[in-house]
Amino acid sequence: MTKKENNLFDLLAEKPWDPEQVVQDNLHDGKTINLTNAHLGLRGIITVSIIFFSLFIVTYADRMLLHDWQKMPEPKLLWFNTFVLFLSSILFHLTKNKSDLQGFKIVKNLLLIIGFLSIVFFIGQLIAWQQLVEQGYFFTSNIANSYFYLFTSLHVLHLFGGLFFLKKVTQRLYANSAGILSIQSGIKLCGIYWHFLFLVWLVLFGLMINS
Amino acid sequence: MSEDFPERNFGIEAKSSAVSDNRHDSSKEENQIESEIPEQDLYHPKSFLTKWIFCQDAKVIGVQYSITAIAIGLLALVLSWLMRLQLGFPDVFSFLGPAGYYQFMTMHGMIMVVYFLTALFLGGFGNFLIPLMVGSRDMVFPYLNMISFWMYFIAVLVLVSSFFVPGGPTGAGWTLYPPQAITSGTPGSDGGIILMLLSLSLFVIGFTMGGLNYIITILQARTRGMTLMRMPLTIWGIFVATVLAMLAFPALIVSCIMMTLDSLLGTSFFMPAMVQLGEHLKYGGGSPILFQHLFWFFGHPEVYIVALPAFGIVSDLISVHARKNIFGYRMMVWAIVIIGALSFFVWAHHMYVSGMNPWFGFFFATTTLIIAVPTALKVYNWVLTLWRGNIRLNIPMLFSLGFIITFVNGGITGLFLGNVIVDVPLSDTYFVVAHFHMVMGIAPILVIFGAIYHWYPLITGRFLNEAMGKFHFWVTFLGSYSIYFPMHYLGFIGVPRRYYEMYNSPYISTSAEGLNQFITVAALVVGFAQIIFLYNIISSIRLGKIAGRNPWQACSLEWQTEHVPPQHGNFGKNLPVVYRWAYDYSVPGAKEDFIPQNVSPSEVLGAKVEKT
Repeated sequence: MTKKENNLFDLLAEKPWDPEQVVQDNLHDGKTINLTNAHLGLRGIITVSIIFFSLFIVTYADRMLLHDWQKMPEPKLLWFNTFVLFLSSILFHLTKNKSDLQGFKIVKNLLLIIGFLSIVFFIGQLIAWQQLVEQGYFFTSNIANSYFYLFTSLHVLHLFGGLFFLKKVTQRLYANSAGILSIQSGIKLCGIYWHFLFLVWLVLFGLMINS
Repeated sequence: MSEDFPERNFGIEAKSSAVSDNRHDSSKEENQIESEIPEQDLYHPKSFLTKWIFCQDAKVIGVQYSITAIAIGLLALVLSWLMRLQLGFPDVFSFLGPAGYYQFMTMHGMIMVVYFLTALFLGGFGNFLIPLMVGSRDMVFPYLNMISFWMYFIAVLVLVSSFFVPGGPTGAGWTLYPPQAITSGTPGSDGGIILMLLSLSLFVIGFTMGGLNYIITILQARTRGMTLMRMPLTIWGIFVATVLAMLAFPALIVSCIMMTLDSLLGTSFFMPAMVQLGEHLKYGGGSPILFQHLFWFFGHPEVYIVALPAFGIVSDLISVHARKNIFGYRMMVWAIVIIGALSFFVWAHHMYVSGMNPWFGFFFATTTLIIAVPTALKVYNWVLTLWRGNIRLNIPMLFSLGFIITFVNGGITGLFLGNVIVDVPLSDTYFVVAHFHMVMGIAPILVIFGAIYHWYPLITGRFLNEAMGKFHFWVTFLGSYSIYFPMHYLGFIGVPRRYYEMYNSPYISTSAEGLNQFITVAALVVGFAQIIFLYNIISSIRLGKIAGRNPWQACSLEWQTEHVPPQHGNFGKNLPVVYRWAYDYSVPGAKEDFIPQNVSPSEVLGAKVEKT
């Protein structure tokens, strides 16, 4: 194998005309990062998502300082939802370890449980919305409410995106239509995404209860 | 480690038994290397629909992107004609009212910046050139790539549909500043603006899919021997521009979502308390300045999303047609990366007159002027590449030279506007219009034209007509100077931009009227030249001179394909193996004045490596 560049600066400082560099370069297999394309794609999506949410948070922080901000109460249910999402994230970690041992039978059940928990989370969020609406905290009655509904919807949309891929992986597992490696990598990537979903929720929820 | 490789002494002494023109990789060792790289699973289309419409081949997607972008760009060109007729001859034409003028102006700006330039450079050139230039069979996610184009296509349709909704398209200016963008009184404040925001969101989602493809293909799917520092600068430009786009477009979609909610559901993310016609609106507490920050956090990198691919492409055009290696390749790469990084720290120079803290303005003026340093380095390097080159004054070269001059011109006025104290009096005058049209309108478009003349033989196998091309260049180049040069003067005497008519303003000298008429005539003439260009593109598909393989004698991989035009899968049975950078022109001791990237050192006796 050829030597991979250590970092961006080493890479940019390469002298492609240098005879020793030429020898190395001719052996270069054309890959920069030792990850699969799907994994890199996921990282790309997560990066874009992080920027997306960070920008919302910046506007949140800015808007919070203005005088008309009225904090809204958090339904107790949100804590339960947080726990459910945490559980699914933990289970995914387990699933990943099991799938490394090729215990596919347990993995099948675990994936179903994770899917179920995710839907429980979604329904929990809906009920929380309903409770708030019943108490008179509508979308437009205060900007803090607007942000709450906006954040929760965007987070749930991200969850749906994850569920789409989780469904794909589970179907492949049940249909036995793909190789072990492909399923393992699918589970691993979904797992990373679920951890990401949990972290985003933690940040958003923490932000909303502390503002 | 590399005992199998006789070329390890490349550059010191070349030992080989034969010099041959055979560029196919046939030696035993090379075949062994080939087999180490797993072949990409290509989707093979079976019907007309999957081959040409829902196509997963990046080359076809690139052409689809280009055709759509050029079509919508033509609409924006026509809009600019109509605006110019109104500005030049306000008493003669009466088809355009003030509301219509704002709507045309808004659509012209938004289409040109986002749906034309961004889509053409990254979607069009990016898709066509990335796999070919890095030596890959296709993008890494072809299906996603196809979806990306169709998202863009739907975004364009949604945008155009806003012309047909009650109230027409939005007339808020391309910056879409709230509160006026969604307040009644602004044209298209109910239907048009919503469609615009929806269309932009679709564009961003579609672009993110394409952008992932471009980045990961460039990082992971290059052919053997193609290190990052051996890539043509075109790819570097497109790569860094795509990274910028992935980081900047979220700001656009965030502001689109929040403004849509403000408009449809009545939230107050950006909307302050307002009284309209004596009536309190339901809004209150929002900050319009917040939108400006978000918008320009997208908007300024957007300038470089357009400029960096142009920088990259023009570097390659100059090098090929001056038969010289690009001067300071590493410095060019560094400049692209540094400009990309700095472009995220200059956004507020678009907002000097928004009432910002002077220290804030000072900071942004400083970063803005710093970004001129790497940019100037690039200009010097282009000029030094030309210096004592064997310049072939063909059409791509003419357009490249036109680009350098125009870009320097627009860049220098950028130095004026980057300084807070000079910007304040010039803000919102025609000086600004002249500046940004020069620097990110005309300059990148000249590169696009040069690039089309350059790569047309690769796409169709034929040259574009030379005579029509010369006519197109001279009319476009001189004509656009006639349009935008006088605008600097109009700005100096205080003619404000975005005005429908100057009426009989006593503070504007009468010469402005004559200049406006002159500019309008020039704009019509330049537009006419583009029609000749389009005719040239269409007619040359059948009538153009046959180009053959590698007609410009270029080194980069896209010209070294087995077939011209390249077919499905791009390269023949084996992917090319790269042994050198893309700029081995006029190498001392070599038989020909160019050595393609995939020619191994053993095939070129006595050629010395040139240092840069």
